[in-house]
Amino acid sequence: METLNYLLQGFAVALTPEHLMFAAIGAILGTLIGALPGLGPANGVAILIPLAFSLGLSPAASLILLTSVYSGAMYGGRISSILLNIPGDEPAMMTTLDGYPMAMKGKAAEALAISAVASFIGSLLATIGLIILAPILARFALHFGAAEYFALFALAFATLGGITGKNQVKTVVAACIGLMIATVGVDISTGNQRYTFDILELYEGVDFIIAIVGLFAVSELLFFIEKHVGEGMAAAKLNKLNLKMGDILQVLPTSLRGSVLGFISGVLPGAGASLGSFISYTLEKRIVGDKGCFGEGDPRGVAAPEAGNNAAANGALVPMLTLGVPGSGTTAVLLAMLISLNIQPGPMLFTQNAELVWGVIAALLVGNLMLLALNIPMIGVFVKLLSIPPKYLMPVVTLVAAVGIYSISNSALDLYFMVAFGLGGYLLRKLEVPLVPVILGMLLGPEMELNLRHALTISDGDWSALFSSGLSITIWSLAILGLALPYIIGPILRRRMEKARARLEVPEESD
Amino acid sequence: MKGDRILGILMLLLAVAYGWEASQFPEPFGGAEAVGPETFPLILAALLGVSSLYLIVKPDADQPWPGVRTLLDLGFVLVVLAVFAAMLAPVGFVISTTLMVGVLSWRMGARPLPAGLTGVGCALVVYLLFNFVLELHLPAGILDLS
Repeated sequence: METLNYLLQGFAVALTPEHLMFAAIGAILGTLIGALPGLGPANGVAILIPLAFSLGLSPAASLILLTSVYSGAMYGGRISSILLNIPGDEPAMMTTLDGYPMAMKGKAAEALAISAVASFIGSLLATIGLIILAPILARFALHFGAAEYFALFALAFATLGGITGKNQVKTVVAACIGLMIATVGVDISTGNQRYTFDILELYEGVDFIIAIVGLFAVSELLFFIEKHVGEGMAAAKLNKLNLKMGDILQVLPTSLRGSVLGFISGVLPGAGASLGSFISYTLEKRIVGDKGCFGEGDPRGVAAPEAGNNAAANGALVPMLTLGVPGSGTTAVLLAMLISLNIQPGPMLFTQNAELVWGVIAALLVGNLMLLALNIPMIGVFVKLLSIPPKYLMPVVTLVAAVGIYSISNSALDLYFMVAFGLGGYLLRKLEVPLVPVILGMLLGPEMELNLRHALTISDGDWSALFSSGLSITIWSLAILGLALPYIIGPILRRRMEKARARLEVPEESD
Repeated sequence: MKGDRILGILMLLLAVAYGWEASQFPEPFGGAEAVGPETFPLILAALLGVSSLYLIVKPDADQPWPGVRTLLDLGFVLVVLAVFAAMLAPVGFVISTTLMVGVLSWRMGARPLPAGLTGVGCALVVYLLFNFVLELHLPAGILDLS
């Protein structure tokens, strides 16, 4: 009942005209960002943070804007999957399997509409799940002490590579780099300078927003240049929509199953949206069996992964909001936003900033409705925009990123840093070192060190205090499991995902 | 193989330098505590050191690296971005943006005229949008009329 009360308060926040406007802007931008190949959700949200920041938006407005972008991007990813056979972002990969064949059969509009409905159901159910689960988890997390938090941060890094992660050592390397960057600057507890080399600009440390934009946006530009993909792809034709109620009813059970699976994999550390859509698709294929025509344009093959990845995206907000521990790149970027707004995520968020959190949750529900409304009638507009070739688009995106960074502090030095991070990000990606742990390291570093310090000050320097409570031992064992599991079941899952990806290549070759 | 080894060696050097630097931190004002400013960095240095050794011993297969021409292209793009950063305040937003966006889209395969038009167009749109709608002031530079 209490939750319902809070939710009503949240709606009071979300339904003000200003916030409705930001939700709408976010939904449109997000759909665009998701639809354009090469502009993933993490990248898109990262570019918008400095803008939201220097525009001086209120915390609620900026969060509503960015979470709408986040959920919009999840909707948008399917558009290029279906029309171009290129996933707009990674979780939309599975949608290409049946989406593109449907478009080839002249049913692109139906595929887009069905996937929009499935996305809506996925988001809606997952937001309800978030509303139920988050307060419970937040209450539970109040039992966490410093030692438990330290272990929890370790768990976040350990599972970040995901169950499908290839080389866990590289995740560790990436996390170390991020944490090391975080230690640059004046140490908050002792006032000691660390790694500043007497350069004044480094006293406050390295701004993680600059790092995020550089690592994602600039390195993406470099990748586009390397791959010489300036021209863009020919899109499948959009036909006139001919959707009957029966078609939606047919995919309803599929969407419901996909949503539940997606939500679970979103909440769990190390799973994430890509795995969510993958599991939803494979399970659906198994349930339907021979009666379906999966891989040849079965509507259920479009609905399942879309419900799955949208549900996972919202599910991933649960650990981010309640524990302050994000499980994916995009939620890490949202965490960056929270930290730069001086809002400490974690269990206290739900008591201290109740109005804000519930406002954002209500905005998720409102934004979801807007996205559904936006994505069925206005789909034509997005399809037009998809035909802008990257050779014009990427420079403009880079410009917007640079302007955002510049507008925070009006300093050219920040831009040099951004370019340097871009180069670093490019090199790391070429070496298959994941970037998300670097960012998470920069974000969580100070907090992690603080908790280590608290835990050891309480125990008077006894290091065994880190492993003394049952809860912390459990978290540590999960972390170790998270690092080890990919070596055991990772190869199997990866092979299956590769197989699905390999089938993607087939229609291209036979053209 | 090679890439990972080089990464491993660089990271090992970083870990050693970082750890050594941490061990040189002066004792904080008010005496040493259980966790000083150097404790956390030392843990990180050790962790990175061990992982980089692993990378050196067991490297993954390399991704294909681009050829010399593409590398020059990439270097050129980085230079363009750096020049943009340097020009922004003294020369002004509109001119530097026109150059940056124009050159980048030309490098990405657009013909010079459409590339230049994209540059001018988005420079003007973003400038007007920022200065008059969003009220964030971008440097006018030498085009400042007032």
